[in-house]
Formats: sequence, C-alpha cells, structure tokens
Amino acid sequence: MTAAGASHDAHGHDPQGHDAHDHDPHDGTAYHGTMKHYLMGFVLSVILTAIPFWIIMGDVFRSPVTAAVVVMVFAVAQIFVHMVYFLHMNPRSEGGWNMLAAIFTIVIVVITLSGSMWVMSHLHQNMAPMPAGGHEMAPPPATPVPAKPSHE
Amino acid sequence: MTPAHQAPESVLFGRLSLEAIPYHEPILLATFAVAALGGIGVLAAVTYFRLWGWLWRDWITSIDHKKIGIMYMILGLIMLLRGFADALMMRLQQAIAFGGAEGYLPPHHYDQIFTAHGVIMIFFVAMPFVTGLMNYLVPLQIGARDVAFPFLNNFSFWMTTAGAILVMLSLFVGEFATTGWLAYPPLSGIYSSPGVGVDYYIWALQIAGVGTTLSGVNLIATIVKMRAPGMTMMRMPIFTWTSLCSNVLIVASFPVLGATLALLSLDRYVGTNFFTNDLGGSAMMYVNLIWIWGHPEVYILILPAFGVFSEVTAAFCGKRLFGYASMVYATVVITILSYLVWLHHFFTMGSGASVNSFFGITTMIISIPTGAKIFNWLFTMYKGRIRFDLPMMWTVSFMITFTIGGMTGVLLAVPPADFVLHNSLFLIAHFHNVIIGGVLFGLFAGIYFWFPKAFGFRLDPFWGKVSFWCWTVGFYVAFMPLYVLGLMGVTRRMSKFDDPSLQIWFVIAAIGALMILCGIAAFLMQIFVSILRREQLKDTTGDPWNARTLEWSTSSPPPAYNFAFTPIVHDLDAWWDMKRRDYVRPTEGFIPIHMPKNTGAGFVLAVIATVAGFGLIWHIWWLAAAGFVALVATAIVHTFNYKRDFHIPASEVVETENARTRLLAARA
Repeated sequence: MTAAGASHDAHGHDPQGHDAHDHDPHDGTAYHGTMKHYLMGFVLSVILTAIPFWIIMGDVFRSPVTAAVVVMVFAVAQIFVHMVYFLHMNPRSEGGWNMLAAIFTIVIVVITLSGSMWVMSHLHQNMAPMPAGGHEMAPPPATPVPAKPSHE
Repeated sequence: MTPAHQAPESVLFGRLSLEAIPYHEPILLATFAVAALGGIGVLAAVTYFRLWGWLWRDWITSIDHKKIGIMYMILGLIMLLRGFADALMMRLQQAIAFGGAEGYLPPHHYDQIFTAHGVIMIFFVAMPFVTGLMNYLVPLQIGARDVAFPFLNNFSFWMTTAGAILVMLSLFVGEFATTGWLAYPPLSGIYSSPGVGVDYYIWALQIAGVGTTLSGVNLIATIVKMRAPGMTMMRMPIFTWTSLCSNVLIVASFPVLGATLALLSLDRYVGTNFFTNDLGGSAMMYVNLIWIWGHPEVYILILPAFGVFSEVTAAFCGKRLFGYASMVYATVVITILSYLVWLHHFFTMGSGASVNSFFGITTMIISIPTGAKIFNWLFTMYKGRIRFDLPMMWTVSFMITFTIGGMTGVLLAVPPADFVLHNSLFLIAHFHNVIIGGVLFGLFAGIYFWFPKAFGFRLDPFWGKVSFWCWTVGFYVAFMPLYVLGLMGVTRRMSKFDDPSLQIWFVIAAIGALMILCGIAAFLMQIFVSILRREQLKDTTGDPWNARTLEWSTSSPPPAYNFAFTPIVHDLDAWWDMKRRDYVRPTEGFIPIHMPKNTGAGFVLAVIATVAGFGLIWHIWWLAAAGFVALVATAIVHTFNYKRDFHIPASEVVETENARTRLLAARA
C-alpha cells in the first residue's frame, strides 16, 4: 500500500483496507501457503510434540534436567515451525518487516529469559538459608543439582 | 487456600454488601457528594441541550482517529485532576503529621491514596495523553486518512476508559490497593491484602492493558503500511519515529505486565504459589517480571515527548532539526537499551556485584543517546531565529529540568549510591523530575503546539504563561526539598514523621504543590478563556506556526478525510519542502473518498468488560461468567457487520475544500 498510490489517487490510502480483511484477503503481498505447505507444518508439529511426550512418558533420560532441556529445545523448534509454515514468515515477506519484527522479538525474548535466569539465580544463591519448610524447595542434597533457580 | 478472616460470600452479590460503601469516612463521603452532584449536573446538561444523539453519533461511536485522539486527551485531563487531588492530599498530610500529630488521613486511607496516585498518573494520565497525541498526529504526519484498524482504535480507547472507570469506582465502592503502584507481593498476596483493593488494581490494569496493547499494534501497522508515497523511513517526521519506537515497546512489554498480573491473580484467586514464600514460589520473581515491563514503560512515555520537542524546536527555530539521522538512531538505541536496565529498580534486592554492575553500567550507557538528543536540540536552536511561544517555552524548561533529572538518574544508577538512596524521597524526586519535567512538559508543549490544528483556534497566551510559570516554579519548589530529604534518609510512603526538624521541607514541598495547583487552574482557565475568545484566536491558515510537517498542510481542524488528495513526499519536513517549492493547493478534480464507518461495538465491548471486571473483583462469579460470554458473543456478532465503510461523496469534498479556499482567500 505504501508507495503504490499514484498522484491524486484517493484510494491509495484506503484506511479500511486492513480492518475489513474479510472483504479482500489478497492484497498482493501476503503469502497464503499451499495444502502441501500446511500438511508439512502439521506433520512436523505432530512429530515435535510426540517426541517430547515420549521422552517424559518413557522416562528416556535419567536426569530430569536433561529431559527438561531437551523438551525446551523441541519447544523452540516447534515455535519456528509455526512461524514458517503457519504464519508464512520468511526473510522477504512484507518487505522484510516480518523478518525485522522476528529478530527484534527474539532479541527481547532472549534478553528477558536469560536476564531473568541470571538475576534470579544470583538472588537464589545470595538468599540467607531458611529453616526447613521455608523457602527452599530444592531436592535433598543426595542428588547434586546445579545452582539453577528453583522458581522460574 | 482462602484466609480464615475473609468475610462470607453470597452467591448473588459475592463479597459486595452495603459495608463496601465507605459512608463512615467523611472525606470520601464529601468527595462522593461532589462527584455525584457534578455527574448529575453533566447528565442533566447533556439531556437539557439534547446532546445525547450527538454524543453517541459523533464521539462515542466515532472511529475517526482525530476524535479518538481528542477523547484520549480529555480522559487524561480528567484523570490528571483526580491524580493531582491525591498528590495534594499527600503533601498536606505530610506537611502536618509531625511530632505525634496524626494528620487528617488514617494510614489505611493514606496508603490507598499514594497507590492510586501512582497508578492513575502513569496508566490513566500519562498513557492516555501520549496515546492521544500519537493517535491524533501520526496519520496526519504520514499523510494517511486514518489508522490501519479504525474500529480497533475506538475499542482500544474504550478499554482504557473502562480501566479508568474501575479505578474511580474503587473510591466509592470498596477500596483501592494499599500496596504502592506496582503491588509487590507478598503484600499484594491474598494473606496480606484479602480485600478488593488489589483486585481493583489487577482488573483495571488488565482491561486498560488490552486497549494499550491493541493501540500499539494499530499504530505500528499504520506507520509501517500507510505512509504517503515518497515518505521513506528516513523521511518520516521525528514524532512519527518516536511514536513507532514507543509502540514497538508497548507491543513488546505490555504482554509481560499482563502475564505477571495474571500470575498474581492466580495466586489470589485459585491459590497457586507463583509469588508466595511456599512451595517454590518467589516474590522476587514478581519484582523482576514487573520491572521488565516497567522500565520500557517509562521510555514508552518519554519517547513521544522527545518527538514533540524535536518538532517544536525545529518549527520555532525556523530550521531543519539538527542531526535528524542521529536523532533516529538515538531513539532506536534507547528502544533496545530500555530492555537491558530493568534491574536498576531493585539493586538492593541482593543480586550481588556482577549483576548490579552490569545493570548499573547499561543504565549509565542509556544516558548517552539521551544526551545526544539534548545536544541536537541545542544545536537546532544555535543561530536559529527562535520564537518564544508557549511550546518553545515548555521545551526550554524541559531541557533544563530534564537534564537535572537525568543527572540524579545517573547518580542512582551507581549501585553503592543506590543502596543509600533506594526507596528514599531522593528517588521520588528523581522520577518526578523526569516524568513531570520530561513527559508532562512535553505533553504541554505538544498540546499548545497542536491545539490550533485540532480545534481551529489558538490557546490564549496570557493564561498559558501564567500556567507555565506556576508549573515550572511550582515543580522546583515541590520537588527540590524531596531531594534534600532523600539525602537525609527520609523514606517514601510515610504517613507521619517523628523528627520535627524535617517539617519545614515538607511545608515547602506543599507550597510547591499549591503552586502547581495554580498552574492547573490557569490551564483550565486558559481553555475556558480561549473558547470564549475563539473568534479572535482563530487560525484560518491551517499553519499558524509556519511549521514543517504534513499535518500543517491541511486545514485546522482537518476535514474528516484529512487530505483531499494523498500528498506526495519528496523530502524530510514535507510541508516545509512543499512551501519552499511554491506548492499550489488543488482546488478541483475531487473524487469520492472511501472512509471507515462508525460503530458502537467498541463501546459495548468495553462496557461489558467493565461489568465482567466488577464481577471478578467482588467474586460475583455469575456476573463475571455472563460478562465473559457476552464479551465473546458481541465480538463474534461484530464480525458479521459488513457495513464498515462508506464513500464521502465528491460534492461534499468539493464543498469542504471550497470553504477552505474562501477562508484562505479572505485572509490574503
């Protein structure tokens, strides 16, 4: 819509165009995918859901921390599958704006998550020891757990 | 998990009973009487002058971005009066409650007042003012006819208003939170705050937050997709740039606030333990999360104000803005950096040296792009032909005041210093220094600058100058004593003091607050006088300040369609460029203009949201459930409304444009 309007074109800036998207779903720039594309996304999503399910139910990893990390990796992969196959994001869509928005989102999410974990693990370590039944919920010292926050 | 001391709940009314009406508190009763009389007066006047139809058709259901912008400003102004009344009550209490005197406010009431003051000033004064300004200006500055999603815009406004109404309601039905404006647990948890106060807080912010987030989405889409042909990103007016960054921050950070408050409500409503001290919960996580939203929030407010100052400085110095590109980059850098500093709000929570120094340093770094902006404004003024009209006066006052606030901010960014000053009145003085001296002064500069555009007449300069001097001097008198007190170790949120030697500072601060009161009164007087004198103050040109950006190329006030023809942009400061190239306004060849149509759906949805929120606050579960169902049903029904647009006939466009041609000819 941006630079499309020729001079004196009253419709170059149709303010309704994006609100009433049910009128005109094809404004030329958006890509809406094929059946094959959607099926691929669906199959990938199912696989990426089934494996974590199996990991937990089948007790595949001895250590719960390993299991949690592996499941999180699958979850992130799942997010990307959704972005590519269902939201049709690629580096070129919407003139690169989608890509820019995705990069910004990833930067903010990484800052928020890693920052929170860093801050909270520090607070956790610096916490004064509490009597039993108080703040601490870490497993008994028999199983060595790395100094990870217990309250994420 | 419900605490034992909670009152029994009825099925029909939940926790609500006649006890909820504070008839035993004379202050609240008097306030209620005044509010009720005023409200009845307004309703009677609207009925007497038969304005209901006009109000509904032209304003409440309007999806014109200009009218929604004006309604946001009115909301902000009304809530400013409420928030400022809270401020005056606090200053009065602290000025008299010394050496055994209790003052006139019981502690429970005082705690509600400082909480309400903070919540109202940030969420329902600063945010509506900023959103209103962006709503009004962004489409005009980029040569568009409306925002990208006009209905959503109306819905956003009414959701914000719904939140404000819930906060106001808490004054007369039940109570407001006593927790401070961010409602830290465990104080805001169900055991320490079993009443409705925190629930009012949660649902008012959740409902208003929906509006804010959607309005952010809307304005981003508008700026990215609807710029006039030729307006590349680096030709956008600086206010539009700062609006874009501000809205990006809104969209990225408000979901964090929503999620954090949702977790807090789960703790309060269903007995989870996210932020309790049991079962692995941590109240510190709440503090961490709320500031991940809270720090970007202050940049959401200040960035558009920076945009206003940039536009005002360029216009009133008659020069192109110095360092446009550096201004844009500084804004973008601030946008990113604002996500890297949140821990400076809780250095004292005990993260240790490495974490504290990281966040201390990032905080100091953020003052570099901000300082670059100050220098850009100064260099724009250098050798400019400066006209000291009101917007420019506010800008100069801002530059001085904000620099002081910035310096105390850098001081607070040093973790060891912060350990001394944390939660002291020094902090209070600092953030009022930057929010009043930055955001509010910016909003005033913006209001004086664009008022003629929105209403077709200027604001009376005499009363404006009275207001300006009362505000500026009043600000210093009110807050400099707080710096002194803070350095002496006086903490915030105290309802009474023991040391009588402190009293003189609080008395001075109260005098400052009274001066600001005069400033607000003079501002209201100015609006009143200007309306009376509107014929003398009339702006027939559409460009009363000889300004530079596209909004000044159209008439004041602009027609419903903004621009008869979409302007073509060839340079930065498009309107200045058009004037320089002897632009001739087209007077024929008009064609029908495609426009969005008004709808009441946004208003209806917001009313239902208010009712559902009220049900959730008072545990009236049937009402909350019914409200939720009605909300979904109304939204679905609205999707079947296909009559969303219409064409302004060419004859009407011709008529409007001819009227303007005559007006311009009469002046020449």
